[in-house]
Amino acid sequence: MTPVATPFFFYLLSGIMLIGGILVITRKNPVHSALALIVTLLAQASIYLMLYAPFVAGVQIILYAGGIMVLFLFVIMLVSIDRSMKERQFNSQWVAGLVAATALGGLFIGVYTKGTSIFPEHAPSVVADNNTQEVAKLLYGQYMFAFEIASLLLLVAIIGAVVMAKKRI
Amino acid sequence: MESMLHITTLHYLVLGAGLFLLGVIGVLTRRNVVIVLMSIELILNAVNLNLVAFSRMWGGLHGQVFAIFIITDAAAEAAVGLGILIAFFRNKETVNIDEVNLLKW
Repeated sequence: MTPVATPFFFYLLSGIMLIGGILVITRKNPVHSALALIVTLLAQASIYLMLYAPFVAGVQIILYAGGIMVLFLFVIMLVSIDRSMKERQFNSQWVAGLVAATALGGLFIGVYTKGTSIFPEHAPSVVADNNTQEVAKLLYGQYMFAFEIASLLLLVAIIGAVVMAKKRI
Repeated sequence: MESMLHITTLHYLVLGAGLFLLGVIGVLTRRNVVIVLMSIELILNAVNLNLVAFSRMWGGLHGQVFAIFIITDAAAEAAVGLGILIAFFRNKETVNIDEVNLLKW
């Protein structure tokens, strides 16, 4: 299937993503930030679909927008936000933020203007139509060891989260 | 104009860089720990976008596998980070990151 109106959807989705990102870092209420982040994540899942990565898009929606963000919302409900909303929202490190942003932005712009010739103009038209199976073959074949390490990481994270959040061990 | 209308890998990289910058600014300037953690999620997502774009560029699937690993890592990071946040809130009754200074000398 050939994609339709790719530039239109790309700019629409990137606009949504960037506006959502700006809302995440500027809103006073953390719940609003979390909702903006969910919008950003959903737009990013659509961009994954444009990049022919349906499995990653599904994982993004289920795990990120469905799992991690619910965790965030739970924690926002657990900590009281009334006090923090009356406080100043930005610290006095805006100079450091500005410097880091300009340095990083300059670096990115430099790399990208120089890198135009490195990246091929046209993406390869060969696309695996059984994306999930191919990803699974890589995940359980070549990346088996990393997969096991990831499961160990999740186990450690579960134990760590319980130990951290528990009142008395 | 021609380059604007033809979406290449570079477009996705620029979008990822924009997201990454937003995340860095959020981490450096916000005082609310919850929003700092959300900014870290923004940074991880920017990395994921780059990986998937490169995966498309080379026509392989290794980048997508890496993106899945990074999502796993983000889940672990969010769980531990939010656990630390709850422990911190229980001790200090605040979510202001400027008051996390016990290890400061």
